[in-house]
Amino acid sequence: MSFDVPPDCRYQESHEWARQENGTVRLGITDFAQDELGDVVFVEVPGQGESIEQGEEFGVIESIKAVSDLYAPISGTIVSTNEELIDVPELVNEDPYGDGWMLEVEPADESELDALLSPEEYENQIA
Amino acid sequence: MPAAHCSDMTLRSPPIEHETKATDFGGWEMPVEFDSIRAEHEAVRERVGKFDVSHMGQITVSGSDAQRLMQRLTTNDVTALDPGEAQYAGITDEDGILLDDTVVYHLPESEGEYLFIPNAGHDEQMLDRWNRYREEWGLDATVTNRTTEYGMIAVQGPDAPNLLGDQTDVSLNKLGNFEVRTGMVAGADCLIARTGYTGEKGFEVLCPWDTTQQVWDALDCQPCGLGARDTLRLEMGFLLSGEEFHPEENPRNPYEAGIGFVVKLDTEFVGRDALEGVEAEGPEEKLVGIILRDRGIPRSGYTITSPDGEELGTMTSGTMSPTLGEPIGLAYLPVEYVGDKHPVRVVIRDEPKKAHTRTTPFLS
Repeated sequence: MSFDVPPDCRYQESHEWARQENGTVRLGITDFAQDELGDVVFVEVPGQGESIEQGEEFGVIESIKAVSDLYAPISGTIVSTNEELIDVPELVNEDPYGDGWMLEVEPADESELDALLSPEEYENQIA
Repeated sequence: MPAAHCSDMTLRSPPIEHETKATDFGGWEMPVEFDSIRAEHEAVRERVGKFDVSHMGQITVSGSDAQRLMQRLTTNDVTALDPGEAQYAGITDEDGILLDDTVVYHLPESEGEYLFIPNAGHDEQMLDRWNRYREEWGLDATVTNRTTEYGMIAVQGPDAPNLLGDQTDVSLNKLGNFEVRTGMVAGADCLIARTGYTGEKGFEVLCPWDTTQQVWDALDCQPCGLGARDTLRLEMGFLLSGEEFHPEENPRNPYEAGIGFVVKLDTEFVGRDALEGVEAEGPEEKLVGIILRDRGIPRSGYTITSPDGEELGTMTSGTMSPTLGEPIGLAYLPVEYVGDKHPVRVVIRDEPKKAHTRTTPFLS
């Protein structure tokens, strides 16, 4: 089975992605991760204004069969969360890099992204 | 994220080749999901699905004292079974603690030959138990573990009679609940029972091990894994051996587990005297359904408290119900919580979440 690994994201070994947008960074979990979890039924993340730290737990995702912690791919302050996931958590399965995004963050230090895996490196990890 | 389950050389393999994620279940390497738990679950509720349940044990008991041995080691009344009939039963120890739950079949076209189905990984233990008591009581019976002689396929859902009916010479519409017949299925000599673990119409087919793949292939419907098997049984409030009861980690008697209806105190069986006492006094705790009102998923091991924080019990199972779209689970609670709408809290990651009790089955 092959998984989508978009070239415009950076990746964490724990299967979260981060993508630079206009001055902010969006993040979520990868296609591989959503497939491993199966049907996502619940996503719990902190709210706007709270801060997250690279490599630290910032929330929880639950599928029908499992609970998993989410680890922040970058440090920063949350500027928005994906409200859609409250009622439609399956968006994480359907569109993990698009409508299934989780947080938009004002990064503390964008150079932290360099420490993440490139798309090629992440593809090797899940191969 | 969870690591993929890796295979283990010591695991037993079912007789069907599955190209999907597998997990260790009772020492067997069994498929968890084929497509998605939700899709598989919905197929069974709305149409039909098939499950490889070859991990379930099969033990036959024959001989002039077979009925007596079965009667004395299971809680239900085996003498009530005519050939071709089956019943659900508990297997209890001297203290009335559930060791396993099982279905006992009086084999069709036999005079007093029985088959029972222990849960995955319990077959050797039950074989030993049966042989030990047979010897102790000096009974004439032959107990044989046939777990790797039979594969087992469950075909479940409203369309199950049509789907299976196309592959067999047995008149399925004449097969009542908990009845069993021998017959050909897809060219294999099988036992077909009108039993299941989903709450839907359905059948369980026991096939000679080497024919299981051909029977599986002939049943053209959604393949389902252990994940959907669990969500389907939970919506019905059915017990899972090892979760709702476990002789060491969660010792429970049948009254606590809500299966007092299979305890026949007017029969003689191991555990009867202890259970008579439990029945007279009533259990202090019982298994109750839980529905979460706040967001979250109740899961096995989570603590249940009263609204003011007093600890009441522990969840034994839980999931997001695909049919109801609500988070559901089972927990042992003091008997005053039996019934609907008693407010409780489920402690999820240190946060008390609002929930209430619910009489099972969750699906009406």
